[in-house]
Amino acid sequence: MIGRRPQVQFEVLTLQDPGYPTALRAIADPPQALYVRGRLAEADRTAVAVVGARRASPYGVAVAEWLGRELTRNGVTVVSGLARGIDAAAHRGALQGGGRTIAVLGCGVDIIYPPEHGRLVAQITGAGAVLSEYPPGTPPLKHQFPRRNRLISGLALGVVVVEGREDSGALITADCALDQGREVFAVPGPVFAQTSVLPHRLLQQGAKLVTMVEHILEELHLAVQHATTSSVALQGAEAAVYAQLTLDPQHIDVLALRCGLPVSEIGRVLIGLELRGLVRVLAGQRYVRATVEG
Amino acid sequence: MLARVHSAAVLGLQAYGVDVEVDVGGGLPAFAIVGLPDAAVQESKERVRAAIRNAGYEVPPRKITINLAPADVRKEGPAFDLPMAVGILAATAQLNGGHLDGTLLLGELSLDGRIRPVPGLLAIALAARERGQPALIVPERNAAEAALVEGIDVYPASTLAQVIGHLEGSAPIAPLRRPPPPAAEAPAGDVDFGEVRGQAHARRAMEIAAAGGHNVLLVGPPGSGKTMLARRLPTILPPLSWEEAIDVTRIYSVAGLLPGGSGPVRLRPFRSPHHTTSAAAMIGGGAGARPGEITLAHRGVLFLDELPEFHRDVLEALRQPLEDREVTVARAQLTVTFPAAFMLVGAMNPCPCGHHGDDGADCLCSPPQVARYLGRISGPLLDRFDLHVDVPRVSPADLTAPPVGEPSERIRARVCAAREHQRRRFAGTCACNALMTAKQMRRSCRLAEGPRAFLRTAIERLGLSARGYDRLLRVARTIADLEGAAEFGEAHLAEAMQYRVFDRSLRLSG
Ligand SMILES: Nc1ncnc2c1ncn2[C@@H]1O[C@H](COP(=O)(O)OP(=O)(O)OP(=O)(O)O)[C@@H](O)[C@H]1O
Ligand SMILES: [Mg+2]
Ligand SMILES: [Zn+2]
Repeated sequence: MIGRRPQVQFEVLTLQDPGYPTALRAIADPPQALYVRGRLAEADRTAVAVVGARRASPYGVAVAEWLGRELTRNGVTVVSGLARGIDAAAHRGALQGGGRTIAVLGCGVDIIYPPEHGRLVAQITGAGAVLSEYPPGTPPLKHQFPRRNRLISGLALGVVVVEGREDSGALITADCALDQGREVFAVPGPVFAQTSVLPHRLLQQGAKLVTMVEHILEELHLAVQHATTSSVALQGAEAAVYAQLTLDPQHIDVLALRCGLPVSEIGRVLIGLELRGLVRVLAGQRYVRATVEG
Repeated sequence: MLARVHSAAVLGLQAYGVDVEVDVGGGLPAFAIVGLPDAAVQESKERVRAAIRNAGYEVPPRKITINLAPADVRKEGPAFDLPMAVGILAATAQLNGGHLDGTLLLGELSLDGRIRPVPGLLAIALAARERGQPALIVPERNAAEAALVEGIDVYPASTLAQVIGHLEGSAPIAPLRRPPPPAAEAPAGDVDFGEVRGQAHARRAMEIAAAGGHNVLLVGPPGSGKTMLARRLPTILPPLSWEEAIDVTRIYSVAGLLPGGSGPVRLRPFRSPHHTTSAAAMIGGGAGARPGEITLAHRGVLFLDELPEFHRDVLEALRQPLEDREVTVARAQLTVTFPAAFMLVGAMNPCPCGHHGDDGADCLCSPPQVARYLGRISGPLLDRFDLHVDVPRVSPADLTAPPVGEPSERIRARVCAAREHQRRRFAGTCACNALMTAKQMRRSCRLAEGPRAFLRTAIERLGLSARGYDRLLRVARTIADLEGAAEFGEAHLAEAMQYRVFDRSLRLSG
């Protein structure tokens, strides 16, 4: 299922254009031309890539969103690949942080893939850029995605891997980063989770551990403008319910039992928390915290 | 000589009088039935002949002509056997026909003269009373349903000989006594909500649905108890009133689904047609203008398990009756209207593999696959469901451990109280919140400024669709009625939002 937009505005940047990203010029095999929707900016020289599993856990999604948000709050552009799961969460976080984000595609920039990301693409073009080395109209073919990964790392000062299974595509991005002399970071996950295999292996091999955004900024010698902060001020039933919530999904019945509240009451409290962006509902009426803050 | 015997037939749910006129005259021996009889009526000849002979009477070798009047309506089935036999006996002076005038007869004959039950007797008895027919002679096996009607005498008969003895006065049959209308107390069904363990959220949803008459869509993995929950919805609905019970009994009587000798239907119907059911079987109609599943579910629950598997045309055909609460089907040149005021419960898996959102098992369906699957229940049908409920799998440990759930009786008491609030508010113009007109909604779902702002924010932030707005208000109104609250506010709206999962883009996440 490929959503085609016949008439999208895009710009072509050749290797000779002054607007061609400097960081990409330096890599071994830069594309001759880049097709760009939206706009690249001077500020994008300070960019970090956040990549990871498509079938991500709620934990991974929350981490990627949080990193995206915190990085942009510190003036860093977030680069990723628009895939489901971690990539999309990183873009979303960056948008929430009010900063810039760049999506590098493995198909033409006029093609929405995955198809449910139409709205996200519109938001990214408004607050950054969607770009590709493939001419408009190029369908999303499997072999194009590994190649595109060298651009994700190439545009960034470093690559943060949030969740990845054994054979995750994020491994390719990390390898490209090493070839290009970029920093590699990884966020740890639960020991038993399949999605922790890649980040944990990278950490064993010397990737930098990330548990707060400062770890990235300091390693890249970037100024910390906005320290990790915030705790959520809640009272009464809301506080009790929020305290029970984690990044592991819990069904509304289970929460009701654990909080000792009738299910009618807990449903109301959860909607309130959701409206404030503190919790997220997953399929099957299961709830998780929406952020790792607080 | 000519004899006339009164009988009746059913069209749709209404009975109409049929006169069986028997003429026995000279000419070559023959036996003809005229007046638009169908094949089954033609077969009466052999049964009638044998039954008369076996009762010890005779069919003279003369020219017998039977006319079924009025002649412009097709007559179906074997119910005219008895009036034909009696007519022949009267026309041949083997029986004194003096008492035939105020009496209506009906019944199928077997070859040995026994009388077999026929469908639709309750409808016929109701019509007989309307037309001032004082007496009914009917098959003993379904006499009980006819006796539910006040103001007529019902004589149960099991053989032709008995009928003859009664009409001659030599062995009168005692009329069946009308059973006293039972107390409003609901009889115990064979299932109860107490058997459902855990499932607090889903149980609450069923209670709200029952309280407001809302259609419910249950979504959950295989074996999570969707069928179990749906099956128990009738047990928490208000008991059938006497009038409603007669209504339902009449439908089951016409459909031939009333067990012999039974009184009125007391439990609300629960119909669960298979997903291969045809539109005709679902909606009604067809050759016999029979009531369909939606009419058999009248005043009860229609359960569509595996909703996305139903044929599209069947689901489409449901939309009109869901709106009108009745259905009109065409039958030859006539149209027949059947009532169809039912609650709809749908059940489906959350995705093709059934495990999307299931903690215990991995779902490997891609978001587009999930979206396509959910897309099979089209927007307009989805719009008919006021509540969308996620039913999770209960762990084996919870299934075996006490405590068991709250019994139906206690839930029903709260449901009845909420219905009472609605009855008073609408002063009889509308049965429940699910059926409010736009005008009634404006009046009874007025929101103060605070809740209105809350609703606006929620619609924006939770991605609630505008389509669901009206449904959300109705459900919130019912939640307030369950609480006995006159006004409704944020809390009621917030809880209602928990039951609109399909409105939310979030459906596809995680
Ligand atoms: N909450 C529960 N309490 C007690 N028994 C349950 C519960 N849930 C399921 N069961 C048991 O599991 C059986 C299967 O439930 P049911 O048939 O209602 O599931 P379902 O959701 O309709 O499944 P399917 O999708 O396969 O139709 C029930 O007959 C019942 O014995
Ligand atoms: Mg089932
Ligand atoms: Zn699945």
